[in-house]
Amino acid sequence: MATVSTPIGEPIRRPERRVRLTYLNNGYGLRSWLFTLDHKRIAWLYLITITVAFMVGSIEATLIRLELLTPAGDLVQAENYSKLFTMHGITMIFLFLVPSIPAVLGNFFIPMMVGARDVAFPRLNLLSWYVYMLGALFLLAVMLLGGTDTGWTFYTPLSTTNYTQNVVPAAMGILIVGFSSILTGLNFLVTIHKMRAPGLTWFKMQLFLWSLYATSLIQVLATPVLAITLLLVAVERTLRVGIFDPALGGDPILFQHMFWFYSHPAVYIMILPGMGVISELISAFTRRNVFGYRFVAASSVAIAIYGFLVWGHHLFVAGQSVYSAMVFSVLSFFVAIPSAIKVFNWTATLYKASVWLQTPMLYAIGFIGLFVVGGLTGLFLAALATDVALSDTYFVVAHFHYVMVGGMLLAYLGGLHYWWPKMTGRMYPEFLGKLAAITVFLGFNLTFFPQFVAGALGMNRRYYSYDSSYQIYNVLSTAGSTILGVGFILPLFYLTWSLKFGKLAPDNPWGSAGLEWQSPTPPPPENFEEQPVVLHGPHHYTRKEVTVG
Amino acid sequence: MADTHAAQAAASGTTTTGTPTSAMSGSDTHFGAGYAVSAGSTAHGAHARAHQFDTPQQQYAASNLGMWIFLATEVMTFGGFFLAYIVYRALYPETFALASPHQSATWGTINTFALILSSLTMALAVHAAQTGNRRRLTMFLGFTIALACVFLVVKSIEYTTHIEENLWIGSQNFHMERPAGEIVDPEAARVDLDSTVQQGRAKIFFFLYWTMTGLHGFHVLIGIVLLSALLINNLRKVYSENYYTPVEMTGLYWHFVDLVWIFLFPLLYLLGGAHWHI
Repeated sequence: MATVSTPIGEPIRRPERRVRLTYLNNGYGLRSWLFTLDHKRIAWLYLITITVAFMVGSIEATLIRLELLTPAGDLVQAENYSKLFTMHGITMIFLFLVPSIPAVLGNFFIPMMVGARDVAFPRLNLLSWYVYMLGALFLLAVMLLGGTDTGWTFYTPLSTTNYTQNVVPAAMGILIVGFSSILTGLNFLVTIHKMRAPGLTWFKMQLFLWSLYATSLIQVLATPVLAITLLLVAVERTLRVGIFDPALGGDPILFQHMFWFYSHPAVYIMILPGMGVISELISAFTRRNVFGYRFVAASSVAIAIYGFLVWGHHLFVAGQSVYSAMVFSVLSFFVAIPSAIKVFNWTATLYKASVWLQTPMLYAIGFIGLFVVGGLTGLFLAALATDVALSDTYFVVAHFHYVMVGGMLLAYLGGLHYWWPKMTGRMYPEFLGKLAAITVFLGFNLTFFPQFVAGALGMNRRYYSYDSSYQIYNVLSTAGSTILGVGFILPLFYLTWSLKFGKLAPDNPWGSAGLEWQSPTPPPPENFEEQPVVLHGPHHYTRKEVTVG
Repeated sequence: MADTHAAQAAASGTTTTGTPTSAMSGSDTHFGAGYAVSAGSTAHGAHARAHQFDTPQQQYAASNLGMWIFLATEVMTFGGFFLAYIVYRALYPETFALASPHQSATWGTINTFALILSSLTMALAVHAAQTGNRRRLTMFLGFTIALACVFLVVKSIEYTTHIEENLWIGSQNFHMERPAGEIVDPEAARVDLDSTVQQGRAKIFFFLYWTMTGLHGFHVLIGIVLLSALLINNLRKVYSENYYTPVEMTGLYWHFVDLVWIFLFPLLYLLGGAHWHI
């Protein structure tokens, strides 16, 4: 059995005393940030804005949970409740989850992992952020105007009737944010294709790059369809034409087909980057290459491809032909294969490894557990018969929150802690980090596990009041959400605190083998002081540990 | 000549700057096991190379790939429209056969020729840029812009006619008359166009017509802006046989815009038999 006497695989370099040019001291003042072309600074612009978006979305979620504490509508009534869950969905999906890992961690680390000085198109990169901000302003305006109440899915004919408000500005806001997502994906694809360092062949790439590559493919190919769909809704609503309105000869199911053709792949935009982060974390904190590296890499691309073939499982009860439904059901089961490949390989990597349980690794292990629950309950929903019963219940809500929050958000937090020293040059406080990770994990499960039960018992989603027999699950869920809230507020404070007061970080505090760690901390403006050349495969750890017994 | 282009293409995607040195050498570098430091990116002094690229060839290859990916997103964008078109044409073939003859095949053909010709002049412009012939580049960019303007002028004449005929979908008085001339399709000939149902279906056709040609026209407009920028830059002697990436990228875009029209023309103008009127 192999054990390590010290968790450090590579010698730790002490921070240098003299003032070195880094991307952080390369210019001061607001202008040097708002007009920067440096991908690392653009990542910070995104980090700050999506954190604000996350707080707004969390406040909306808090109000939803408070309302659902009691069966009757005390806090808000039907209309405002609809607006709350709609704006919660729009904010969290389009302003937080889609840009979270790609635009923050991807922006910062893709060029560093490929050993480049910047992304392929730095101006386009900055433009993406401004486009995102413009879309966010539209959505902010929608909120100030009183919000929209169609659900984030904008189903027709509801979204084209007079009963709903502010649909056009909300649709335009999402369309604009979508363009930002397309431009980011395009930039990453070209960067990964054309900017790799000498020696860095495809199967020497770190797994984070593979998953971001697959994500970018989806962003580039699916988002335009969402743009066109929302444009059609906006035109239909403005001009009173009936392309999706059955009364005027239109087909509302066509809307659902077009919407989910984007939005199902978009679900994978909201999990694939998380899987990439987890692969990095598991490799770094077990000192091993991920078991079955090539399969894990290829499974990212497989998920992206399958993602385009399964949108019909959102229409099982919408009136599509039963034969299409059967085909979509079978195809949906296929997604389980690449997902399981990842989970099994991560687990195999952990098997008999010397796991270093730092904060990022706690998040990674939490991710595996929660993603398994989220993924397996997905199979319940892919099966036609059970889905008919579970459609539009809290079971669905719990399922996708296990994937998006339990999966993507945990991975984002884990990745943020892992790369925080590289990004800021400061360590976060380890004890508080672990405390927050455990709090998030416990609070999350208490919030969302009862929703599986309530959903299986038949509690419908998207209603402001419910039968009193479901109250116990909702009380548990609301209690859990307060714990979850504490788990989110903690990092907000201690990470901000650490920017000024954190311990100075060494170049490579985790002894990680990733190329991004081979640069000084914080990185110089062009990432590396000299052009790196890649000689070994990814996650290459030399064996220095003492073998006992 | 084409040699220049071949040289650029051949070097695409390669990042061979310097030779790998030993991983363990140079203890004062920051690189751990598995990485080395290359001899350095010394291919400086090239024209208009951004700092993140090692060589102009790498920059060209990146721009080229970026443009193709952008065009893929454009295909998906128009693909959404084509999907809607296919669905509704399959559902309401007779109404579509009656709606299409309101488009003038004459104007449509003129515009199709204008765009195909502009693709030719664009290709000649790219060739002129590759060979560093600024005078010919100016000339062919001018021709392309002129043909694009012809297209938009014809399109606005058509739009005006449609609005006068109450075929604007936003109008309260939207009403599609039976088209003048012979209706080939016997099914279509029997349709009672005065019913609300048929008018709703006709409106769906014109919804697709206005949005598809509108989005395409918007692309033509963007194209004119890009081509004009190229023209101005060329007058300022920005391009040469060593640097013509923007010309070639705009060329790709322009051919795509033409190609979309090649699909739109038969789908929107030629159903139910071409009607030659102005």
